[in-house]
Order: sequence, then C-alpha cells, then structure tokens
Amino acid sequence: MLRIPCPYCGTRDETEFIFGGPSHITRPKLEVDDETWTAYLYNRRNPAGAHDERWGHVYGCGRWFNVTRDTRTHEILRSYAMGLPPPDASDA
Amino acid sequence: MSADGLPMQRYSGLNLAWQALRRNKHWQSAWRDTTPKRGYEVVVIGGGGHGLATAYYLAKKHDIRNVALLERGCIGLGNSGRNTQVVRSNYFYPASVAFFDHSLKLYERLGRELNFNVMLSQRGVVNLGHSDHEMELLRRWCNAIRMNGVDSEMLTREEIKHLAPLVNLDGRFPVLGGFIQRRAGICRHDAVVWGYARAASALGVDIVQNCEVTGFDIRGNRVHGVETSQGPIAANKVVMNVAGYASVLAARAGLELPLTTMALQAMVTEPVKPVLDTMVTSGLVHAYVSQSDRGEIVIGGTADAYNSYAQRGGLRQMHEVVGAVLELFPSFSRLKLMRQWAGRVDITHDTSPIMGLTPIENLFINCGWGTGGYKAIPAGGDTMACTIATGKPHPLIEKFSLDRFKTSALVDEGAAAGVAH
Repeated sequence: MLRIPCPYCGTRDETEFIFGGPSHITRPKLEVDDETWTAYLYNRRNPAGAHDERWGHVYGCGRWFNVTRDTRTHEILRSYAMGLPPPDASDA
Repeated sequence: MSADGLPMQRYSGLNLAWQALRRNKHWQSAWRDTTPKRGYEVVVIGGGGHGLATAYYLAKKHDIRNVALLERGCIGLGNSGRNTQVVRSNYFYPASVAFFDHSLKLYERLGRELNFNVMLSQRGVVNLGHSDHEMELLRRWCNAIRMNGVDSEMLTREEIKHLAPLVNLDGRFPVLGGFIQRRAGICRHDAVVWGYARAASALGVDIVQNCEVTGFDIRGNRVHGVETSQGPIAANKVVMNVAGYASVLAARAGLELPLTTMALQAMVTEPVKPVLDTMVTSGLVHAYVSQSDRGEIVIGGTADAYNSYAQRGGLRQMHEVVGAVLELFPSFSRLKLMRQWAGRVDITHDTSPIMGLTPIENLFINCGWGTGGYKAIPAGGDTMACTIATGKPHPLIEKFSLDRFKTSALVDEGAAAGVAH
C-alpha cells in the first residue's frame, strides 16, 4: 500500500487516491507531422526509475497534484502542485 | 546436440525405464548453457517463452541455426514463470482470433512437437454474465468467436451450476449465464519454457544466460550487433522479446514505444482436493479462478493501477481481487493464501501486442503483450521467426505492427477481450 503525500492534506493511504497517468504531456500544435502527433498520442517515457505522475485525492480534498515516484521501488520522492514545471531530476 | 555433444535423448516410457535401471545417473542436461561466439546470423534478446519459441522456429522451420539467445538472468524467470498458465483464443476481432487460435492449435500439439509433456489441460474457460445487458454483450462476443471459426457456446445458469457447483449464483452480482470456450484451459508454463529451450538447443541454438544487452551497434539505420555484459556480439538480425522491460531496452536502440509498464499480480491458496475442474472468469468483478494440478486455487485479476517495474503487487489491488473471488466462491474464504507474486506487464493503448519490424533495419520487436502473453508463445515464436527469416511481417501479425499507432488502425481488444490471463 502506497502512502501518498497530498500537498494539501498531508500523507494518506493509497485507497484515498486515484492514479492519473504521466504528468507533463503537452499537446503539440495541430500542424505537426505524423511522427510528432503519434508520439504525443501514444508514446510514453515509461522509465524504470523516477516518474512524474498525477494523482487525485478523490476521497479527500478532491484536488489533483503531481508526484515523482521511483517505479522500481515505489518510493515517493516528492509531490508538487499542478501547473508547476517538471522538477529537475538531479535533485531527486 | 546435447551438453555432452551426443544427440538429444528422447523422453519416452522406454527411456524412463532404461535410465531407472542405470540408477538415473545418465540423464543429459536438457540444454547447453553456452558462452557466446563473436557473431551470429540472428541474436534473440530475452529468454522467456517468446524468445525461446522464436529461436526454436528459426532453427526448425527456417533452418537458421546460427542463433544466439541472450537472457539477462535465467531463462523463464520473468513473466513466463509468473503467469497463471491460461491458454485460450476467445478474442473478439478477426485478427486477434486468428492469431490466438493459431497459438492454441500449436499448443494442442506442442507436447509431441517438442517431445516434452507440457501438461495441456483443455478444461474450458467460462465467462460469467451478471446482468441482462452483460448477457447481450456476451452473446455478441460468443457469436463473434464462432463467426471467426472458433468454438464457443452460451451457457445457462443451470449449466454453470453443473460445471462449477461452488459458484455462488445469487451473490451481490447474480450470475444470469455465461459462455465457454471448451478448447481453452491451462498448460504448464515451466514445461513450455523448458521444452522450447531443450528443442532449440538440440537444433544448435546457443542459449546464453546472465548476459544483459546494454546497447546496440546501429550504423546507417541498420543494426549490426549488440553490446552485452559479456562483450560485443555481431549479428545480421536482432529481435527483442523482453516483456516488462521493452521500453528500457528499446530506448537503448533510440526507440520510444507506446507502452506503460505495470504490475500484474496472481496468488495461490493452500492446496485442497479437486473442487473446480474448469476455469471461471468474471469480467464484471474482474477476477478469474482455476485449480492447479497441485490443488492450489489460482487467483488473478487486473493489473495494479500505476506504473511499476518492481515485480510486486500492491495490497489494494490484492484486496479487490480476493474480495471479488470470495463473492463468486464464498467457500474459498476458509482457505489460506500461500503465495502472492507479480510480473511486469507492458500495456499498449489497445491492449494488443506489437510485433514485427521497427524503423531500424534488421531490428525486430515482439512486445506489448500486456496481461496475456503466455497464451501467445507458440504463435509469437512461429510468426516472428517467419518475419525475421523473410524480412516481411507474417500475415497473422500484419495488423499488430508498430506502425498501427501512426495510422491509428488499432485492434482495440481492451473492451472486448476476456479477463483470464
């Protein structure tokens, strides 16, 4: 069971949250070529290591936020508010 | 050839008696564990079922025997040894049914083909329906399977009661009926790995364990070999079969894939006397149950919700799966869970696999099996071997190409395929 740090409510059990997939996927302009559009729609970084992802505190405050989590150990490295840029991986 | 350079011993009743008379001291190793040569015609990366089957069919059907199979750990220790052994072909779309039924047909004669008892038990897979609406969808699904020429039949409540008397028909989600594919069942997964490894080795394939591929030799958009933890190995053709690690390996060749890696868990109870001689699946509560030959109740469900390479499942998902199973089989509540484990599964957006060519010449890929790669092992090996030998996608896997994401011609089995993995 993950213990997830909600930036607004503090650390709670995973059962209060819903997973929202990778963070920081930005839609390119509509005029881009097929490769770029395909990569935007389907390709994922899917790293074995630090992964920036969205979680929603659905059974708590209801707010969404970002979490950086190590996909090999499930260790949560940090949480940060929606809208902030991806943190520099070097200070993880 | 065997480890001692002699022809491979055939397994038979006669040989069993002969070896017993010689105090069982003269059995050969099942396959040769080798150190790699400097170069090969084909390098197969990944010693799971798909990799081993690919190497076997390359040697058997295409006479390409200068093949190395490189495995980072030991063969069969990844998803090939972690799945719940289900083989079935009750898919929805024509492309999927054709491919998976080819696989099931190969499974049906695999024991004889490999001279290895793979313990195939075609005990049937039952899918339950819990509402009138779900029954209509099951009828559509069942008819689609039959239209594609594969066996499938609807079941009434009474027939389900007769097939699996322990199922609770009047629980929180009452059972109104279901359908069954009688040719589906389970097949011993370790035997499939050992059988393919032994047969491939006998045909001259070099099986190299503890050999991780750390990079690719790519010049002029064409692969010329691989870098490994045991040094560089040249190759005319390279194929990647690393379920649960495909994104990481492909990144070493500069490719980004449409995959998300997650944990899929399974568990077994303590062994009990035979109580369930078919396999029961419910898409609604998302769980499936069978009983192994050892008597354990084998339980599986859906993948954990988030990205994971940890090869362990979370308690939350486990509770959901166990809760669903106990609703279907209340009597199992007295059983102790003995083991719980998880494999890494690479899930695509349409839950169909990715097989065939890559943008890099002579580099082939077989990945994206999500939660159901085991049942596809023979067909995956057969069609990939053909693709590698001819340089063109085998007709059965044309629709599963990496290119389909560019054209959005997806084979969306997500909503249609069954739950049993």
